[in-house]
Parts: sequence; C-alpha cells; structure tokens
Amino acid sequence: MRVFSSKNSNQSVQMSSWRDALPVIFGIAYVLIVFLLLRNLSRADLWFPTYSSILFSLFVFSPFIIFALKIPLELRIVLIAIIGLVLMPILGMQDSFYLELITQIAIFAAMAIGLNIVVGFAGLLNLGYVAFFAVGAYLWGIFTSNANTIVRVTGAQAAPELFWLFIFIGMILAAFTGILLGFPVLRLRGDYLAIVTLGFGEIIRILVSNLSNISSNRRNPINITNGAQGLPGIVSPPLPDFAFQLVESLTNGLGLPVNNPRAFTYQLFYYGLVLVVCAIVALLAARLDNSPIGRAWTAIREDEVAAQAMGVPIVKMKLLAFALGASFAGAMGVIWSARNTFVSPESFSFIQSIFILAIVIVGGMGSIRGAILGAAIVTLLNLLVLKNFSLQINALRNIDWVVPIIDFPIRNWPQQLEPARYERFVFGLLLILMMIFRPSGILPAKRRQMELQREEEISEQEIAADAATLKPEDLLGAQPQQAKEKP
Amino acid sequence: MTAILRPEDITANKLISSAAEWTLQYVLKPIGQILLFVFIAGGSISLLALVVGFVLQTDWHGIDILRVPARINLFEQVLRQLPNMLLDGITIGFVYAVIALGYTMVYGVLKFINFAHSEIFMLGAVVGYEVMMRLNEAELLSSLPPLLVVVLMIVMAMVVCGGTAVIVERVAYKPLRGAPRLVPLISAIGVSFFLTDFVRAFQALNRNVFNMPYLTDRVPFFNERIVFAQGVSTTYTTVIIIVSAIIMLVGLNYFVNATKIGKGIRAVSQDQATASLMGINVNQMITITFLVGGALGGAAGVLFGLKTTNITPYVGFIPGLKAFTAAVLGGIGNITGAMLGGLLLGMLEAFFSALLPYFPALGLGYSDIFAFAVLILVLLFRPTGLLGKKVDEKV
Repeated sequence: MRVFSSKNSNQSVQMSSWRDALPVIFGIAYVLIVFLLLRNLSRADLWFPTYSSILFSLFVFSPFIIFALKIPLELRIVLIAIIGLVLMPILGMQDSFYLELITQIAIFAAMAIGLNIVVGFAGLLNLGYVAFFAVGAYLWGIFTSNANTIVRVTGAQAAPELFWLFIFIGMILAAFTGILLGFPVLRLRGDYLAIVTLGFGEIIRILVSNLSNISSNRRNPINITNGAQGLPGIVSPPLPDFAFQLVESLTNGLGLPVNNPRAFTYQLFYYGLVLVVCAIVALLAARLDNSPIGRAWTAIREDEVAAQAMGVPIVKMKLLAFALGASFAGAMGVIWSARNTFVSPESFSFIQSIFILAIVIVGGMGSIRGAILGAAIVTLLNLLVLKNFSLQINALRNIDWVVPIIDFPIRNWPQQLEPARYERFVFGLLLILMMIFRPSGILPAKRRQMELQREEEISEQEIAADAATLKPEDLLGAQPQQAKEKP
Repeated sequence: MTAILRPEDITANKLISSAAEWTLQYVLKPIGQILLFVFIAGGSISLLALVVGFVLQTDWHGIDILRVPARINLFEQVLRQLPNMLLDGITIGFVYAVIALGYTMVYGVLKFINFAHSEIFMLGAVVGYEVMMRLNEAELLSSLPPLLVVVLMIVMAMVVCGGTAVIVERVAYKPLRGAPRLVPLISAIGVSFFLTDFVRAFQALNRNVFNMPYLTDRVPFFNERIVFAQGVSTTYTTVIIIVSAIIMLVGLNYFVNATKIGKGIRAVSQDQATASLMGINVNQMITITFLVGGALGGAAGVLFGLKTTNITPYVGFIPGLKAFTAAVLGGIGNITGAMLGGLLLGMLEAFFSALLPYFPALGLGYSDIFAFAVLILVLLFRPTGLLGKKVDEKV
C-alpha cells in the first residue's frame, strides 16, 4: 500500500476499498460459476466425465483459492463455510459420488496430517503408516461384524452407540501399536527405519489376512479377521430420528429428492464427522508444531546429535511423534470402517502407505495446509480424474470419435491402457518429479522455508509482511509523525 | 572372497605371477568360501530344525497349544524333510544372495537404499520370459540346447537390467545427490512404482498378459530329476540356478578385487572425496556400480523365474525385501556378507515353509512374516550385520 499525499487521501481510501472488493468479487464469482456449471452438468453428455473431473476439481480447490485471496479473515471463513456446509451438500444431493469423494479427501487429509507429524515434523520416514489405519479399522470391524468367531460365538458385539467411544479406543490402540513398534526401532537411522516400518506394515497386513479359519485351513476354530474375504456388515452409529426427517424435508424442500434418504443422511453425517475430525487434527498439529514439542521435533529432524546435546529427550520425542501420528490414523480407521461397512486386507497394502506419503510430499513435508491440498490433489487424481479419464475414453470409443488435428481414431487406443488401472505409474512419476523439481512440496512449511533461506532474505520478507499487514488508516494516521521525523 | 570395504585389500591386490596362483586366488578361494557359507547356513538350519522337531515331538503333558495332531512324529518328519529343505534353501538362498549384491553394492558406494532394485529384478524375470517366448515363437526353444537358452536369457536380462539401472540412476538419483537422505529414497520408491506399472503396461500391450508363466515344461531338460538318494532329488533347474549363481559370485569377486575398475569402486565406497582427488572418476564408478548391480539383479530375476515358473509385474516386491533383509543380515555394504545373508535367509525360508504346514493354527500364509521379523531382530541386536564392522556415524 502506497502512502498517498494528504491532498487526495480521501480518494485513495475509496480507491483502495474498491480494489479490496475485487478479490471478494472474484472469489464469489469463481465459486458461483463453478457451482452452477456443476449443477447443470448432465450425465447424458458425451463429455460428462471430463467436465465433471475439471469442474469438481475446480470446486474442491475453491476453498484454497479463497484462502489465498487478499480478503479479511472473517469473510474468508464465512465463504469457506458456505462452500463446505451449503454448496457441497447440495452437490451431494445431485450426485452422492461427489459427497463420497470429498469425504475420502478429508479422511486422507487427516491421515496425511498424522503422517506429517512423523515424516514432516520429526523427520522419521514411515512406510507402514497404513498399518495404524488398519488397527483402527479392524478394531471396529472385529467388534461389530458378525462374520468372525468373537462376535458369533461369544455374542460380544459392540453396541453401535459405542462408536464414539471406539474412536478413542482406536486412537489409544493405534498409539500403543506405534509405541510398540517405535520403541525398538527408533534407534535406527532414517532409511533403515523406513524399511523396518515397511516390514511392520506388511506384517500387519499378513496378520489380518491370516487370522482366520479360511486362508490356512478349516481345522482352526478361531476366526478373528475373516481372512482375505474381509469383514462385512460393520455397523454405523445410530442417528436421532429428527436428523433423518430434517434431511428428507431439506432435500424435498430444495427440489432435489434423493433415492435413499437414510443412506444419504449417513453420507452427510460422515461428511460432517470427517470434516470436524480433520479440522481438529489440523488444529492440533498446527499447535503442536508451534509448541516446544514441535521445536524439539524440528531439532531432531535437523541434527539429532546436536538436539541430544541441547537436552532434547530424543527417544521420548520420537515415540511421541510416532504415537500421535498413529493415533490420528487409528481414529480415522474406526470412522472409515463404519462408513465403508466393510474392511478387507486389500485396503491396507503398501500402495496405500505410499498413497498417503505421496499426499504429504506433494503438499509439502511439515506443512499442514500442504497436507490438505495434497490430499485434495492426490485423491482427486486417483479417484476422479484417472477414473473419469477411463470412462471418457470408453464413451468416445463407443461413438468412434477421432481426435482432431492429429487424426487419431480413439478406438485405436488400446483397451489395456486404461488410465484408472495405472495409478502406480502416475504416483511413481509424481514422487520422482516432486523429489527432483520441488522436494519441499507445493505449499512448503514456513519453518522449513525459513531454514532454507539466508538471513537477509528473511528480514526482507518480514519487513514486507509487516508492511502488508498495515492498514491504510494506520498509514494515514502515522503520516503526521513521519512528516515530523523528516529533516 | 573378501569384503570390498577393507583397506588392506587394496595393498593385498598384488600381481599374480602364475596361472595356478591366479586360479587359487580368484576361483578356488571364493568357491571355497561359498561352500563354507553353504555349510554354515545349512548346518545352523539343520540344528534349528532338529531342535524344533525334538521340542515339538516331546510330550509336554498333554499341552497342545499348537494343535499338532498327535499321530505325526514331527522329529521324524523333520529328519525326512531335511535334505530337500536344505536343497530348497540353497537354491532360493543363492537367488537372494545375487539380488542382495545389488543392494549392498549401491549402498556401499552411495550410502542409499536402492528401493527400485526389486523392480530391476522383476524386469530381469520378465526379460527372461520374453526371450523364452520369442525363442518358442521362432520354434527354437526345443531345438536349441537348454543351457544355451538359459545363457541367452541371462545375458539378455543382464543387458536390459544393467542398462535400465544406469538410466534410473541418471534420471532419478543423480540430480538428488547431496540432498537429505530421505529424498533419494522417496525417489527410489517412485521409480519402483513407475517401473512396476511400466512393465505391466508394456506386457499388456505386447502380449495382453499379466501372469507370465515360464515355458519350462516345453523343455524336458528343466524338469528332469536328479535322484541323490531315496526321497532326495532335485531338478536340473536347481543345478542351473546354483551353478550360475556361483559363477556370477566368483565373477563379481574377480571384478571387484582384481580389476582396476573394481579398485576404483572400492575406493569410492571408502571415501568419495579422496577418491576423486586420486583421479578416480566418481560418477563413472557410480554408473558402473549400478550397471553391475542391475545386471546381477536381472540375472537373479531369470533364475527366480526358472524356479517359480510363474511371474507377474508385482513379483519383485517380496523377494526384493527379503534380499534387502539378507544384505542387512550379512552387513550392508559388504559383498561377502550379502552372500552369507542370502544363504541364511534362503535356508530360513525353506525351514519355515517346510514346518508351517504342520501347524494348522498358523499355515503357510505366515511364511513371509519371518523375513521381516529377521530384519527387525537383526537391526535391533546387531545393526551392522553378521560380517559388518562397527562404523561410527559422522557428525
């Protein structure tokens, strides 16, 4: 903001307020246009998969764009709340797939924040993170699905109301597992630790796919996890009746009746729940990062020996990072299994761990905003863009479409090359490219940025940041003083 | 065979005057060492098997935790299975040893776990399959001598995999040299994923296959059995695997300990900066390390394919992890250690595979856990491995 001469100060205030309104108008216009375009999409359209990938991605990124705009914080929060609490559910009524997708993004975001504590803050590469997720998911699954012996024989089925309690039990159990794993292996150096955690993740996966009477043979009477077939029929917590009525009247009132109001209410419930958990986790991680604990983690990450010399209790801090990261995954595991109503070992394979790691790396190690943005990018890429790309190719193949300019008939595109089936290819490439060109991620953590810069640059930036936070009226008020100081 | 990291090796590298001495130094000595390792590994596993068999066979006053049916005498079972178990262990152990060499060489030179090595190994198995299929299509598979077929497969796999390893190093690791430790590791994970699906896509387009069964049944030679004693027999494939693995190990020993390039690699692994001051082209040495490691991985892939006879693009992950465990078990960065580790791990695997079916409560599904358990135990109690030396980390 420039300091104008007192003569046209009045004008300048007007001008600046007009300029201040620009980002607000831009933000609202962006959200509205994307939303309305999405509302008017028709599934019958030939290009529906492409349009819906692009528009829904733009819609998911709208909170990030609004957050980056130069508008007052309160207004930003109001706008983001409108997007999340009004526009998104309306889109969900139109097509529940969108609601499912955004719930997945929030689940992965919360897990990525948890992994961020381990990898980004404390610098311990954990390649078996999904194991803690499995602990939470199987905890709720074992106690509510009647496919296993524990429930079938002893009848010790957990009441659905206990879901809320089990979120905390899942957290504690996952944290305990994290400590159990961390205690022996945390002495190891970074790359060894990575491989050991990978092995641990595989051990958990092998355990859950074998703790049954199916995979090995029938002579084993105890069936805990139902093997590779997985546990079906996992229950959701009960919701009060008025919630169903409210949702039904809302959908009918908006003229968007859904096929199954009960299922849709649960979808909305899980959407809200994971958003809340995600927000809590993000807040917790942000507070931790700025606490003495977070600084101890940074010290360990940057130089373990020096940190030890300065009196940082290394083992305790590392264990804390492991346990906290694990507990987030454990809580999400319980919620995920209840939402999914089914768990099987396939969901906890190595590629899932890498998937979460890719989120952290794309977003920026140690950056919480980055983890959320990374979750949006990577999940959209995996569950929306690649899938819709396949659908689009199939749709175009059906009408014998020819790519213009290069004259490539789409039916010549080999059937085997379905983009949706090559997620490893895409994520492998993503990891390599990120490491080579932008190892600090899209939204690098501020502290890391500071560590990587020279001192003069920081001080310059700080001055610039201070100047940016000054409001025009401050400057105007300060003018006489400045004038006095001038010789 | 001697370790690459020992400083005294460089001075010990004296001129060998006579052919007899040369043979002794570079052929007989390493073979003797390999045989010694086979005996150590086999002996320890036999001992373990006998003790376990004895313990299980003893009547512990009716306590039947493991639910072993009473009529099976486990001690006798173990004794009867021991020879085949040892043969099996040696075969798979040599395959692990050859893969582990790739991990250990790269670790020795760059201090970095080449996570993509398991996919290089998988690529070798796929190349072997391709060669076999091409020969079959040209109707040469049954007319060519089987040994020539194997040599062709191994050589092609070595060429392709060595080249791929060098390209991977150039593209994905070289730009990251000097970055924090985790950065190249993550890049290597990326390469591993990329290669898996790249090969999958390639084979889907090429032959529209995912499972790639080796055509070993088309050549009777591969399945002919050599009977040593009653109930103890093996196929020629096993012999081929063991012999070619030994040839490769001996060749690598010669390469690392007796050639100028080998000396350069050892120098780089000891101290990169000083090596470059001595006029050694460090980049070239790293490239050669990847070339040799990749070629060995590719060859191991062919051997693995011959043994399991069915491969997929996802086949590299578990053997890769086991080979890495072998490298750690023997002492990572140490070539001799990788061999010992590989053999021990192969024996352990054979032992568990033979024993687990007797425990209905467990079953074969658990046989992969043991490798990770070994890895964790080794890192806990002896992080430097069996043959590794304690190296203080530089501050």
